Amino acid sequence: MTESRGSDERQTETQELTRAELIAAVKGATHDVFSTMLGLEIEAGESSLKKPATAEASAVVSLVGLAGTWAGAGSMSCSASLACMLSSRLLTTECISVTEDVLDSVAELINMIVGNVKNAVEERIGPMWLSTPTVIFGRNLQTRSAGNQDWTVVPFRIGEETMHVQICLSRSRETPFREGRPGFLIPHMMNL
Amino acid sequence: MLDVLIVDDSAAIRKILQRVLRQAAVPVGTVYEASDGVEALEILKAQTVGLVLSDINMPNMDGLEFLSRVKAQEVWKKLPVVMVSTEGGQAKVLEAVELGAAGYVRKPFTAEQIKSKLAGFF
Repeated sequence: MTESRGSDERQTETQELTRAELIAAVKGATHDVFSTMLGLEIEAGESSLKKPATAEASAVVSLVGLAGTWAGAGSMSCSASLACMLSSRLLTTECISVTEDVLDSVAELINMIVGNVKNAVEERIGPMWLSTPTVIFGRNLQTRSAGNQDWTVVPFRIGEETMHVQICLSRSRETPFREGRPGFLIPHMMNL
Repeated sequence: MLDVLIVDDSAAIRKILQRVLRQAAVPVGTVYEASDGVEALEILKAQTVGLVLSDINMPNMDGLEFLSRVKAQEVWKKLPVVMVSTEGGQAKVLEAVELGAAGYVRKPFTAEQIKSKLAGFF
């Protein structure tokens, strides 16, 4: 997270963001969302830096984009059974299969997590805007970044299962400032 | 009884807020739902609503644009609009207050936070 600064005046006003700060923001936001909305105290595992390549027998992946002086995306991936459990807790309704309710719930969870990461870091790096969340459910799916950026991956253990929250954030080459929710493409490709 | 309009592009959040309202010890009448500001304005034109809970980040028309359009209409000037959003930055909160928001709840929220914020409107 140490890209050189451009000549844009707005860029020179912002500061760098360390990976440790980003990890702390992800852990804090995820913990806050899960404890407040789901009543779950979750424990973060050791974070890693990598190109995302997830393969699950049956997985739910939710993504939300970030745009501003810094841009990127955040995602959350978990098994279908864990997605159902999280949705059951969020909606206080039993969910036994991946329905619209489950997909909506997982979309809202990543929206809140990335929204709170954004709140935590934008005082340092400038304002950002969130895209509408996208959720994908499939079997044996793989995710791949279209760019070269590494993703910061933070695993969270929930019971016997693991959920991964991933974030990719780097300084924009251009400053796409536009008020409102951006409709840009998330730098992520899915093969179902 | 007070009719309430919930505006959020997340069906999950609309369900949660609906449940919290129903469980709160306040006299809630009909609860209308809209998934963006455009739909919300259509509901306001057709129904008499006493309180609005609105997200900020939504497609088509976001919550701040919706709020400014509500406050621009004489008939809705006194209608309380409480923002419920992940947007927690001071600038965004101030912008909402300047536009006439009656309150601000940051997501994630607890049922108690929502109930306490809304108690004064019933």
